[in-house]
Formats: sequence, C-alpha cells, structure tokens
Amino acid sequence: MDPSRKRAIRLVVALAAALLLATALVYTSFTAGRDEVTASQLLKRAQPGHSYILAGTVLTGSVSHRGDALMFRVRDPKLKVSVPVRYTGIVPDPFRAGRGVLVTVHEQGSGFIGEQDSLTTKCPSKYQATSAGY
Amino acid sequence: MALLGRALLILGLLVALYGIGSSLYGAVARRREWVDSGRRAVYALAGLMTFAFAILEVAFLRSDFSFNVVAAHSSTTTPTFYKATAAWSSQEGSLLLWVFLLSVWSSLILFLTRRRVREITPYATAVLMGFATFFIALAVFLANPFATSARAPAEGAGLDPLLLHPSMMFHPPMLYSGYTLLTIPFAFAVGALVTGRLGNEWISVTRRFALAAWLFLGVGILLGARWSYTELGWGGYWAWDAVENAALMPWLVATAFIHSIMIQEKRGMLKVWNVSLILGSGTLAILGTFLVRSGILDSIHAFGASTLGVPFVLLIAAMVAGSIWLIVKRRALLRSDAQLDSLLSREAVFLFQNLVLVAIVFVIFWVTFFPLVSEAITGTKVSVGPPAFRPFIVPLALILVLLSGIGPIVAWRRVTVANMRRNFTFPVIAGVVTLIVLVAATNADTRPFALVMFGLAAFVVATVVQELWRGTSARRAMTRDPLPVAFVGLIRRNRRRYGGYIAHLGLAVLLVGVAASSSFQHSQNVNLSPGQHAFVDGYKVTYVRPMARASAAKISLGAILDVSKNGKHVTTLITSRGFYPAPLDPTAGPISEAFNGQSDSNVGLRAGLTRDLWAVANPNLDPLQNEINQGDRVFERLMTSLTPAQASQPSIVTGIRAERTAAIVGLTSRFVRHPWPVTFLLIVSPLVTWIWLGAIIIAFGGLISLWPLPAPARRRSTAAARTIPRGLPAREPA
Amino acid sequence: MLAVLAVVVVIVTGPLRREYSARAREPEAREADPGSADAMELAELEAAREAKYREIRDAELDHRTGKLSDADFEAVDGTLRAEAVAILHKLDHVRGSNAPPESEPPEQPRAG
Repeated sequence: MDPSRKRAIRLVVALAAALLLATALVYTSFTAGRDEVTASQLLKRAQPGHSYILAGTVLTGSVSHRGDALMFRVRDPKLKVSVPVRYTGIVPDPFRAGRGVLVTVHEQGSGFIGEQDSLTTKCPSKYQATSAGY
Repeated sequence: MALLGRALLILGLLVALYGIGSSLYGAVARRREWVDSGRRAVYALAGLMTFAFAILEVAFLRSDFSFNVVAAHSSTTTPTFYKATAAWSSQEGSLLLWVFLLSVWSSLILFLTRRRVREITPYATAVLMGFATFFIALAVFLANPFATSARAPAEGAGLDPLLLHPSMMFHPPMLYSGYTLLTIPFAFAVGALVTGRLGNEWISVTRRFALAAWLFLGVGILLGARWSYTELGWGGYWAWDAVENAALMPWLVATAFIHSIMIQEKRGMLKVWNVSLILGSGTLAILGTFLVRSGILDSIHAFGASTLGVPFVLLIAAMVAGSIWLIVKRRALLRSDAQLDSLLSREAVFLFQNLVLVAIVFVIFWVTFFPLVSEAITGTKVSVGPPAFRPFIVPLALILVLLSGIGPIVAWRRVTVANMRRNFTFPVIAGVVTLIVLVAATNADTRPFALVMFGLAAFVVATVVQELWRGTSARRAMTRDPLPVAFVGLIRRNRRRYGGYIAHLGLAVLLVGVAASSSFQHSQNVNLSPGQHAFVDGYKVTYVRPMARASAAKISLGAILDVSKNGKHVTTLITSRGFYPAPLDPTAGPISEAFNGQSDSNVGLRAGLTRDLWAVANPNLDPLQNEINQGDRVFERLMTSLTPAQASQPSIVTGIRAERTAAIVGLTSRFVRHPWPVTFLLIVSPLVTWIWLGAIIIAFGGLISLWPLPAPARRRSTAAARTIPRGLPAREPA
Repeated sequence: MLAVLAVVVVIVTGPLRREYSARAREPEAREADPGSADAMELAELEAAREAKYREIRDAELDHRTGKLSDADFEAVDGTLRAEAVAILHKLDHVRGSNAPPESEPPEQPRAG
C-alpha cells in the first residue's frame, strides 16, 4: 500500500473514532443529563420518577434534623416560593441557611427527597453584601 | 498607602502599554534599542507590581481595615500566617497576585532569553504586556484592591475558616504561577507565527517554559485536591467541579504539548498540531482564570455573579480568533518535513497519547460547559454528573497509562518484532503476574477497571525499572563506575529522558492510588451516641466521648473515636466541627451569632501506606436551639435595658461581654455533660497516600527534566559529540 | 511616588539613551543589528546542531539499552551524523572567514 493511501486510511479511522466519541458523549448528555430548576419551576413541572437538580438558597429558619435526615426548604431566587427537601448524606461544610445550594431531588408524596450525597453548597459571594433572608 | 498602591497600578498600566508599543515599534522598525526598552519596561512592571503587592500584604498583616478588602476578608483574630494568605482570597487581591506573578515570570524569561530568539521576543513581549494590561485594567477600573472606606470598621469579617489550611498558602500561588507561565509559551508561539520563525530555537525555548508551567500547575492542582481531602468534610479529593476541571484542562493540553514537541524537534512533524496545542493551553489557562471568578458555572469555588465576566469573554474570544487566524495565515510554514513511517514507533505512540489526552480534554470541556450550552439552546441548564461521564474518562485513562509504558521502550521511526520481544517481555510478564497475584490474593477482580489499571501500572513500573537498569549497566560498561555512581551519572547526563520516565512512574503510582481509593472505598454515615460503635470495612469505630471547647473566637464540638480491628487497637481519631462567630450578621442575636457564622470540619485522619482512616463529626445544634434563643432574649433585654450612659461605660460593656462568653461556654459544655447523638461520616480508603506519593514522584521527574545542565557539562557534552569527524562523507541511509 | 516614577523612567529609557548617545558620538558607525538575517540563521543553526547532537546521543543510548538492533543503529547513526555534518558545514559557511572554525579539541565520547 503506498504511503499516501496509508495516511488516508489512518485519517479516516481517526476521524471515525472521534465522531463515535462525540456522538456517545452528546447522547449521554441528553439522556443522563438532569435539568437544573428553581423552586418555582420544580413545583410547576415536576414529574414523578424524574430527578431534577434543585437550585436556590436555603430558607432561613427552615433547617432541622430528623434522625439521620436533614430537612430544609429551598427558596426560589426571585419568587416567594420554597420547596421542602428531605436529604440524607454528606452535608457540605459551608451549608447553612441563606447559602446557595444545589441538590438532586425527586418527588415523593407532598415533598421532595434529596438523593444521597447530592447536596452541594456554593461558597458565599465574596463581594456582595450578605442579604437578610426573607 | 492605598493611594500609593493605586498610583502604582496606574503607572503599571502605562508602563505595560508602553511595553507593547515600544516592543512592536522596535520589531517593525528593526531598532534594537526600542526592543530593549520594551524589555526594561517588563522589568519595571515587575518592580511596580511587587511594590503594590507588598503594600497590600502589609495592609493585611497590620489589619488595616481602612482597606475594604482587608475588612472583608481578614480580622484581628485571624492568625498571622493566614492574614498573609487572605490577600488572595478576594477577587481584587487575586487579580493583583496574577499580575504580580505574570510580571515576575515574564521578567525572568525575558532576561534569560535576552540574547536568543531575537526576532520573536519583541512580539512575545507585546503579547505578555497585553495580558498585563488587561489584568491591571481590571484591577484599576473594576475590582480595585486599594479601595478604602472613610470610616474604617473596628473589626473585619474574617477569613472563611475553610481557607485556614496550610495549602492555601501555596495552592493559589502555584496555580496562578502555572497559569501565568502558560501564557509565556503562548506569547512565544504567537511571536513565532507572526515572524514565521518556527524552527529549532523556538522549540527549545518554548519547551522549557511549557514544562515549568506544567510542573507548577500540576502541583497547584494536587494541592487543591489535598486541601479538599483533608479540610473539607466530604472525604474526597476530586469532584469534577467546574473549577477543578478548568485547571485540569490546560494541564492535560500542556502534557500533550511537552510530548509532541519532541516529535517536531526530531522529525519536523506535527507543526500545526503543536502550535495549536500551545495556543490552546494558554487560552484554557485564561479560561480557567475566568471560570473561577465569573459565577457562570455552579461550583463550590464560584465567587458568584461578577462584573468581570464580559471583559474575560472578550479576551478569550480574541485569543481564540487570533490563534486561528495566525495558524491559517502561516499554514505554508507549518507543513510537515516528514511523515509517520510506521504505527509501531515512538512517534506513533506519542501521537496516540496526544489524541487520547485531547479526547479527555474534549470530554471534560463538553461536560463542564454543557449546562451553558443547553441553557442557551433550550433555556434550561442541564447537568451531566460524574457517574455519566466516568465511563468515558476511565477507559481513556487506561489507554493513557498503557501508552506511557510503551513509549519509553520503542525506538524512533520503526520497531522490529525482534526488538519488541527484547523490550516488552519483562514489563508484560510483570503486568500479567501482578494481575494473577491480585486476582488470587485479593478481591480486586470485583472491580475490573481498577484491576486493569493495577496491571497496567505494574507494566509501566517494570518499563521504567528496565530502562534504568539497562541504562545504568550500559554506563557502567563504559565508565566502570560503581552502581550508584553510574545510576546518578546516567540520569544527570540524560535528564530529559529519565526525568520523563520517572514522571511516568509517578503517574502509574498516582493512578493506582486513584483507582484503589475510588473503587474499593468503604464509607458509613452513622448516628452514634457516646459508647456506641459502627463497623466500616472490618474496622470497629467506637464513639468514645465528646469534646467541647468554646471561646469568643471559636466554638468547637468534637468527638474522640477509637478504631480497632479484630480486637486490636489501631488508632484514635479526633474530629470536630468548628463554629465561628458571625459578628457582622444583623439578624443574629447576641448568643446565636456565636453559632451562626461560618463553620468547618476538622477531619480525623490516620493516613497509611495501605489505607486511610478518615472520620468527620457533624454535630447538629438543634438540641441547643431553645437555650440559644432564650439566651438571645435575655441578652437583648439586658442590652435594651441599659441607658445610653451605661452602654458606653467600658466596665459595663466588658462585663456584659464576659457574661456572654460565659453563657456560650456553658451552653457548649452541655455537649459534653448531656451529649446527644452525632452524625459521623466514616471512610476507609485504600492507597490514598499513593496519590500524594505519585504526585511527588511526577514533580521530581519534571524537575529533573527541567533542570538545565551546568555550563561546563554543557560544553563537555557538545565537545564530546563533536568527535564527528569533519568532512565525513555523507553515508547513504541503510 | 515621584521617586518611583523617576526610577521607572530611568530604567525603561536606558537602552534608548544609550543608543542615542552612541549615535551622537559616531553618526556613521551603527552597531551591527543583531536581528540581522545572518545572526538569526546562526542562532537557528546552532539550535539545530544541539538538537542533532542530542539525537545522536539518544540513538546511542537506545542502542545500548536494546531498543535499536545493531543494524538499525548503524543506519540511524549514519543518517544522523550525515545530517549533523551538513549543519556544521552550513554553520561554517554562515560564520564565514571572520569567526574561528569549531576548534574545541575532540574528547573521548563520555558515556551516556
């Protein structure tokens, strides 16, 4: 096989592999990806059996413990709506009322269950004035 | 002083702009003195930025709260060591640190190359001063580190306790050094493309900078991982957080570059690829700097919504567009001198390695930015979590390790079957034997990917051992030196090669640690009262007794845990949670403010060569809440019952403060006197220490590779090679 | 602050002042522009030479550690040495008759 043909074949194989990887990645993103929603969006469109990433701030005064579980409400950044979450698992160090959080939840009954170890807390903004909770 | 600092910044901005102008003018008009003046401008900028940074540091160390950044990030109770690091915990201070490091590294590099690559350096200087202009402009106009308040507060907000970790002294400076060092080969690549000088001189100069950047950035990333593991309460070292990814991507691209540049050096191939890699890693470094401070991606690091987003996006867009334009413009000069002879050659192995690294970067990039892309298209942020994209990363990582073992034992250009047998036998046997032993003696086969990684790592280690052994033997045959002398001599005379092999060894060790600790970890989240115990991976962890300590500055609730295995005591772990006061929180009462501020975990860690025992206590304050509220009411009533005259009397104020502290101490001691159940996270993780060891070995290998030969040795080696007789007729290639 | 400004200006304009004072003294003589094509080609060739020497040593090491068979090594070594000689010739040509030829006494090749 002459060299230029060899090179052409190698190029085709490489491009095919790249295309395969890209396709698999895109496919995974759309099937395994989870929507990030605010409290108001979650209440509007939560479907049983689906997981969502709930984003918002922890409502002041809503944090309590019940046995192993952490109970808190996540409020919408703009609207005066909040959603109750029952969470088990690792609680990040910065977690407290008033902080921004992300937690993967699914609907159960009248509330939402936070999936194990899915809670993350945003570091507090370093140069915005600390806002009083509502 | 703040005014002086700001003046220095403005002067620095002017000097940087001058540097751009004079370098470009000197290059275009071929006037040496203007180029030299531009270089002097860089030195001057370094001096100015050092001075400005020193002013900021002094303000922190003196707790000068008239500086807004000092008031917002430090306090009188912050330990001195951390007052110094607090300077870069803020947006403004970190920008100043960035510019300071950029100017220092640029000065160093321009000084070292003042007599080399003379056509390129003016353009490189202009690019570097362009970056400096950008960052100083941000500091001058948008995020001023020297902003002051007319009325300085009496006390600062204090440093986030999560940042009270020794790594914080080194992690940001190392990372920023890595990022700024990556802009240097970027600048030289731009200069090379502009002038069309993409030959050997450019390669030899750029390779060193890229290697230094790779080293610093890698150490910075590792320090961040170590901080996460030992300081944060989740027990992991890598979360595929957007900011972690942002630092990893340029590092991976730089890794690809320092390998593929060798192919260009030897065969004149992959010119477009190399130039793209180095431009890409520089751009990714700026992108990483941007991600941390932009708030556009959800991350534990994100500083929240920022005004700096737009300028950064424009800069990155300019870098991308400029890079593409330059490469297209110079594509004639970037044509390969040679072609790939055979897929069984070191060139081919390097090429595969590059493709794998780029594939990994692509996966990480896609997953990191997918939320933004999906938001732009569908209006909803969609996240792809680590469990979804790990199936992509793991196989790619396995291939990477395999290639790192094959590369050193194949020759350039072509490998024959006989050679392969000679070189592959020992490493392959080592890998296979390791697999067999692991399957027979442990439960490693329950995690096939980890098992494969162990086998491949053994293969790589055997490769390096074989190479070192053969090299040392060959040297001994010539010099008759004793073994240790020959060994050291071998490495000293071939630093690039053996430094690289040692780095591969480190990589294998590190990935074994990663595979073992992620696949064979045992963890338990349990609620325990004193006296109770839990079992984790055969270890019995008993909650012996609670601890409590309180002062005006910090409350600590902790636990003493006894760890035993099969009845034998293994170790005692002490873990606690610290609660810091929130003095500036207007909603908190006098007692609750002591409990409502920042908090952090003190991890109880017993590291070992074979496994780590990790524990963290998460005591919740619910049982104290009633008393805390009561205390708030009592003290609030007390404060409001004072007349203004009484309230300003120092003895009364001090008295009340002392009462308050006593109340807090009393409340805290309830944790010991009437303890309630505490939630513990207990983790037994194998081979975590191998990760840190592997990283140290990689850094060591990198250092060896980077170390320049001392001048006499350089002359000797060139003279030795000059025994090529002059006038030797050209031999026909066989 | 003014002191700082003065220092900066002095440092930065140093090369400019040097050049202008030199030009003032000897208006005709001009320092050979080190950016000239010759100087750059020289630097490039020297870098190529160093790289080629390194390749020769690497091939030798590859041979001694068993990655290149004797036959392969002969071929590769010959090619590399021929390429090195070509570079040395070009270097001499560029340096012309001004500079002394490469005249360091050849030593016994040290191992490694």
